[in-house]
Amino acid sequence: MSRRSLYTAATERMNMFTALNSAMRIAMETDPTAAIFGEDVAFGGVFRCTVDLREKFGEDRVFNSPLCEQGIAGFAIGYASIGRTAIAEIQFADYIFPAFDQIVNEAAKFRYRSGNDWDCGKLTFRAPYGAVGHGALYHSQSPEAYFAHTPGLKVVIPRNPVQAKGLLLASIRDPNPVVFFEPKSLYRASVADVPVGDYTVPLGQAEIVRPGTDVTIVGWGAQMRVLEETCDMAEEAGVSCELIDLQTILPWDVDTIEQSVRKTGRLIVSHEAPKTGGFAGEIASTIQERCFLSLEAPIQRVCGYDTPFSLAHEKFYLPDALKNFEAIKKVVNY
Amino acid sequence: MALRLVRSVTRSRFTCAAKYMSTTVGSGEFPGGQTIPFVNKIVVVDPKENDVIPAYRVLDQQGKLVPGAQVPEGLDEELVVDLYKHMVRLNQMDNVFYDAQRQGRISFYMTAFGEEGTVFGSAAAIKPRDMVFAQYREAGVLMWRGFTLDQFANQLFSNCDDLGKGRQMPVHYGSKELNYQTVASPLATQIPQAVGAAYGFKLAKEDRISICYFGEGAASEGDFHAALNFASTRDCPVLFFARNNGFAISTPVKDQFRGDGIASRGAGYGIPVIRVDGNDMFAVYEVTKKARELVLTGGRPVLIEAMSYRQGHHSTSDDSTRYREVSEIKFWKDTNCPINRMKLFMMDKGWWSEERDVALKDAERSNVLQALTNAEAKGYPDAHTMFDDVYHEKPKHILEQEKEMLEHIAKYPDHYASTGH
Repeated sequence: MSRRSLYTAATERMNMFTALNSAMRIAMETDPTAAIFGEDVAFGGVFRCTVDLREKFGEDRVFNSPLCEQGIAGFAIGYASIGRTAIAEIQFADYIFPAFDQIVNEAAKFRYRSGNDWDCGKLTFRAPYGAVGHGALYHSQSPEAYFAHTPGLKVVIPRNPVQAKGLLLASIRDPNPVVFFEPKSLYRASVADVPVGDYTVPLGQAEIVRPGTDVTIVGWGAQMRVLEETCDMAEEAGVSCELIDLQTILPWDVDTIEQSVRKTGRLIVSHEAPKTGGFAGEIASTIQERCFLSLEAPIQRVCGYDTPFSLAHEKFYLPDALKNFEAIKKVVNY
Repeated sequence: MALRLVRSVTRSRFTCAAKYMSTTVGSGEFPGGQTIPFVNKIVVVDPKENDVIPAYRVLDQQGKLVPGAQVPEGLDEELVVDLYKHMVRLNQMDNVFYDAQRQGRISFYMTAFGEEGTVFGSAAAIKPRDMVFAQYREAGVLMWRGFTLDQFANQLFSNCDDLGKGRQMPVHYGSKELNYQTVASPLATQIPQAVGAAYGFKLAKEDRISICYFGEGAASEGDFHAALNFASTRDCPVLFFARNNGFAISTPVKDQFRGDGIASRGAGYGIPVIRVDGNDMFAVYEVTKKARELVLTGGRPVLIEAMSYRQGHHSTSDDSTRYREVSEIKFWKDTNCPINRMKLFMMDKGWWSEERDVALKDAERSNVLQALTNAEAKGYPDAHTMFDDVYHEKPKHILEQEKEMLEHIAKYPDHYASTGH
C-alpha cells in the first residue's frame, strides 16, 4: 500500500497492542504456514497482543510453549528452516538472553554458513522492551545494541500503533530473521487511527517525524515520545529541531541521518539503554566519519546511565525530555 | 521390539505403584489430570534401584546372530553389501583426510571411527525425505544419501565448488537437496530446531519426520532439555538419536551424568526410549525403523540411545591418549568394531570374501585420493563472496565494505596473492 492510499484507507482507533494484534491477524490470514507461539500466548498474552487469535486460527497455529526461551528460539528456527513462517514471542526482552545463542549463533548465521542452501528468514521474534515505570532490572531492559552487533539479523522498533502494525507485517514477511522490540509502555498509552487493511512500513528506513534546521535528534521506540516533548521545549526556546525515528536499528538508515546532519550541523542521539556500547555510539561514530566538516558541535549521546535499571531510581535514570533539552542548549551554544 | 520395550516401561511403573500399595491412603487429583496416590510412609524414589535399560542386539561380536534373532526384515544381501561398502568408504575417507590434515593440507578433520554402524544403520532405516539434523560425526548419513566424495572434499578444502562457499570449518557439511541441514559447531542447538521442523511437517500433514543426532556430551546442554520437552508437549514427529560413545573430548561419561545414560531421561519427558548396541548395524537399523514407525503412528517423539565407542581422537586437534589408555582403544577396535562385525557376518553367509575386501579397500582409498586431488586443485571462492548471503539481499553498508575491501586488495595485490584467491 502506498503512503497516499495508507492515509485514505479505512482506519480504526487502535492502541499499540491492538495494532500488533491486527498485524498478526493479517499475517496469519495471508500465510497459512504462519504460527504464533511463546509463553502464555494462547489466552491472549500477558500484554493482550495475541488475544482471540487462537480462537480464529486454531490451537495448532497459536499455542503456548513450555517456559524456555532457548527452546522457543530453537523451535522457531527449525520451523522457519523448512520454509514456514514463525512468529515467536519472548515475554520480556529482559528474558531473551537464554535465547541469545540460538539467535546470534544460529538464526543470524543460518543462511551464510550454508552458502544460501538453507535459511530461516521467515522468522520473527517479538519481545516487549523498555522502561515501564516500575519494571526494575528485569522488566525494563533495552537490549537492541547486543543484537545490532550481529550480522544477519534485522532489529526493528516501532514508535506508535500505525508504525507498529506496518513494521511488524514487514518484519514477518522479510526474508531475514528479525528481532522486533515493542515499547511496552506504549501498549495502551499510544492510541491512533490505524488502517484496518494490509500494509507494510519498509524496513531499513528512518522517518523524519518533524523537520527542522538547527539540531538533528535521533531516537526510536518509546523514546520518540520523550523527544517530541524535547522538541516542543526547544521550539519555545527558538531552536528548530529535526526529529528522526530510526525505526530499524540494523541495518540502519545512515543516509537519512547523514543528510539531516549536513543540514543542521548538530546531532543528538538518545536511547534508554546504557550509554557505553549503546547504539548511539555507532551512530555518533559513523556520522562523525561522514559529516566531519559539517559538524558545528560534538555529537551528544543522551542515554541511560551505565548501571542496571533500578526500581526506585527510574525517574533519575531515564534520558528524559529535560536531559535532552540540556543537550540541545549545549550543542547550540557550543 | 520397541513396542515391547515401551510396554515394559509402563508395566514397571505399575509394579512400582503396587510396591507402595500397603501404605497407600487414597489418592488426589492434581492440575493436568494427574492422579497421585498418597502414602503414609516417606517414599524415596532412587533411580539407582531401577533396572538398567537394556540395549537391543542382533549380531554378537563375532558377527553371529544372537539367539532368537534374524537378519532384519528389509535387509537383503544386496542392501547389506551396499551398506558395508559405504562403511568401508567412510572409513577410507576418514583415514585419508585425517592424514591430509596431519600433512597440513586441510585445516581440521573429525573421524567417525567406531560409529560407522550407528550412522549407516540409522541412515538406511529412514526415508530420504526425512530431515536430518546432525551434530558433526554423522557424515555417513549424508554419504548414504548420495553426497559424493568430491562434494565432501570440496567442503574440506573450502574451495569454489563447496556448497557452503568455503565459509565453515571442515566437516560442517550440508545439503538441501539431500534434506541434511548444514552442520554448525555450537553443540545441541540443532535439537530444538529439529523439533520445530518436525512440528512444521505435522501441520503440513507430511509423511516425514525429523531425525536429530547428537552425542552424549551435547545432551548435557540446555537445548537438549528444551527440545525433548517441546517435542513431547507439542507431540512432534521427531526421532532423537543419541550417540553415546563414552567421551565428550576428554570427558568420560562418569563426569557427564550419573543417571542411566541418556535413555533414562526420556521417561521424565514422557518420551518412549529404545537403547541399542551401536556397534551392531543390524540392530541400529531395526530399532531406527521401528522408532520411525512409532513416531509417525503415535504422533509423538521417540528417543534412541546407541551405545558405542569413539575409536578415534575427538578431532585432529586432540590426542586422546592423554586421557585414555592405548590398550583401551585397541580393545574396542579388536573386539567390537562395527565394520568387522558386518564383515564376519557377510563372510559367514558367503556374501563376501577376503579378496573382495582387500579390493574394495584399495578401490575406495583410490577414490578418496582422487577426490582429494580434484578438490585441492580448485581455487578458493572469490574474495568478494565473503559478503554474500549475510542477508537475503545485500544491505548498503555491506556493499560499501565489500567495495572498500576490493579497493584495498587491489592496492596491495602482492600481499594477498599468497592466499590463493
